[in-house]
Amino acid sequence: MRKVRIGAAQGFYGDTIEPAILTAKYGDVQYLCFDCLAELTMAILAKDHAKNPSHGYTKDLTNSITCLLPFVKEKGIKLLTNAGGINPIAAKDEVMRIAKELGMDGLKIAVVTGDNVLETLPAWYEQGMDLSHADTKEPLVLEDKNWLFANAYLGVWPIVEALQEGAQIVITGRTTDPAQFLAPLIYEFGWTKDEWDKLAAGIMMGHLLECSAQSTGGNYSGDWEGIPSMESIGYPIAEVEESGEFMITKIEEAGGLVSFDTVREQLLYEIHDPSAYITPDVVVDLSEVTLTEVAPNTVRVTGIKGKPAPSTLKVVMGYEDGFLGQSLMGYSWPDAYKKAQKAQEIVMQKIEMQGNPFEKLQFDYVGYNSLHGPLATPPSEDINEIYLRIVVKAKSRPLAQAIQRYLPPLALNGPPSLAGFFTIPPRQLLGMWSTLVNRQLVEQHVQVKLEVVS
Amino acid sequence: MTIQLRTIANARCGDKGNKVNIAVFAKDAKDYDILLDQVTPERVAAHFKDLVFGEVKRYEVPTIYGLNFVLSEALDGGGSASLRVDNLGKCFASNLMRMEIRGG
Repeated sequence: MRKVRIGAAQGFYGDTIEPAILTAKYGDVQYLCFDCLAELTMAILAKDHAKNPSHGYTKDLTNSITCLLPFVKEKGIKLLTNAGGINPIAAKDEVMRIAKELGMDGLKIAVVTGDNVLETLPAWYEQGMDLSHADTKEPLVLEDKNWLFANAYLGVWPIVEALQEGAQIVITGRTTDPAQFLAPLIYEFGWTKDEWDKLAAGIMMGHLLECSAQSTGGNYSGDWEGIPSMESIGYPIAEVEESGEFMITKIEEAGGLVSFDTVREQLLYEIHDPSAYITPDVVVDLSEVTLTEVAPNTVRVTGIKGKPAPSTLKVVMGYEDGFLGQSLMGYSWPDAYKKAQKAQEIVMQKIEMQGNPFEKLQFDYVGYNSLHGPLATPPSEDINEIYLRIVVKAKSRPLAQAIQRYLPPLALNGPPSLAGFFTIPPRQLLGMWSTLVNRQLVEQHVQVKLEVVS
Repeated sequence: MTIQLRTIANARCGDKGNKVNIAVFAKDAKDYDILLDQVTPERVAAHFKDLVFGEVKRYEVPTIYGLNFVLSEALDGGGSASLRVDNLGKCFASNLMRMEIRGG
């Protein structure tokens, strides 16, 4: 029986590439697929692009491609990535440059564009299109804000087209995370657009691979101390049959664990209604999914059903929403928490005396409640140390930076035993707006272009 | 006997916009029934009342002994707009594990 083997290469912008190199060496895979784009990543890339028009893709692409191109050449492994982010053309140019340097004449690289709808947005708005918020149903007021990006989540078919044209590397912007992984299955098995159960299975295979080690023991909430060799954790590999049924596994040469428990945690990650997980390619129904451990580090996934694809695409848009400024400083035992509380009181009084210029002002106690907030158990009196974090939202970067001036005087003018000032550069905050648009309006502008290295 | 949810459940959370989902898993059918019975959307909403300001929905996936909770208005506006240290809600699952339940 014919099978396709696909390896996960990266789970986010900044993820390590080492496990993907091991998979390329030992994993017997035909494809390595990357997911580089979280919601937050698009915001980061939009900021990069605003500073420099030739940026806007994930910069670790340079290293990933340099590491993996030898395997493209020697083993014929194909690479699929949405690393293009806000600027897929620039990402393609960068890959072309590296491929030329490595002398890979004849290499075929495809780029998918058309997800970026920022320039189309004003026309849609003026035509009176419904761009209300997908969750809150609030109507959009476009002129209210400075929009930095607007991208539609494209599905799998442009990536399939690129493979059909002979691409060995496919670079896209905002295509969905699992689309990178589903595309090879459609290409290899010839699945059609209405084979919903197969498409759904392929999407969930992608879902289980798109966050790299989160299926192989990374971030595992159970016996995480029992995960073997976390320092060399392997990324998941899927072995898929023509029917769409598949197994998740990993190579023996890497650490980690593939089990019923590690796989099911990832299965529902960032899913809302498990009976209707909406993607541009299929609506997935997981309500009867089964996971079976069939061998060590091998889990078989069956029972995934699909329903027809939606008539709309999700568009996520980001707007400038002020700046975040923050500082940290530590207090030691005895009475660490009390001292930090006193410091907060002093800083608040000083800010109020000078007329509070901030839109928001918050305090956290690192070591007590900075991660669990109001649900955290109050610290005992003998807690060894606590850091006071002060954070503001301000209209401008300099104003956000100004919060840092309030803390140093406390070294001599406040409670005793303070050390460890950490000032963190301010960063821009971005608001997000997600809406649903008629997919034809977007898809008519999607283009797949193939270039050959020469 | 009262126990913390962590003693009978695993959980992972993720973010989407201003929403967080928490998938909670039992080890077997018996413990899954305890989750179904006691970890209701109302109790989860009450548990997070000072951190989550929208509705809480619960979905069931019995074949993997999983409950999926979707929490709205949970992230101070969402990952790129939030002032929180945990701006992506990565610690919501562990925070839910504090919940007290009646042991089986």
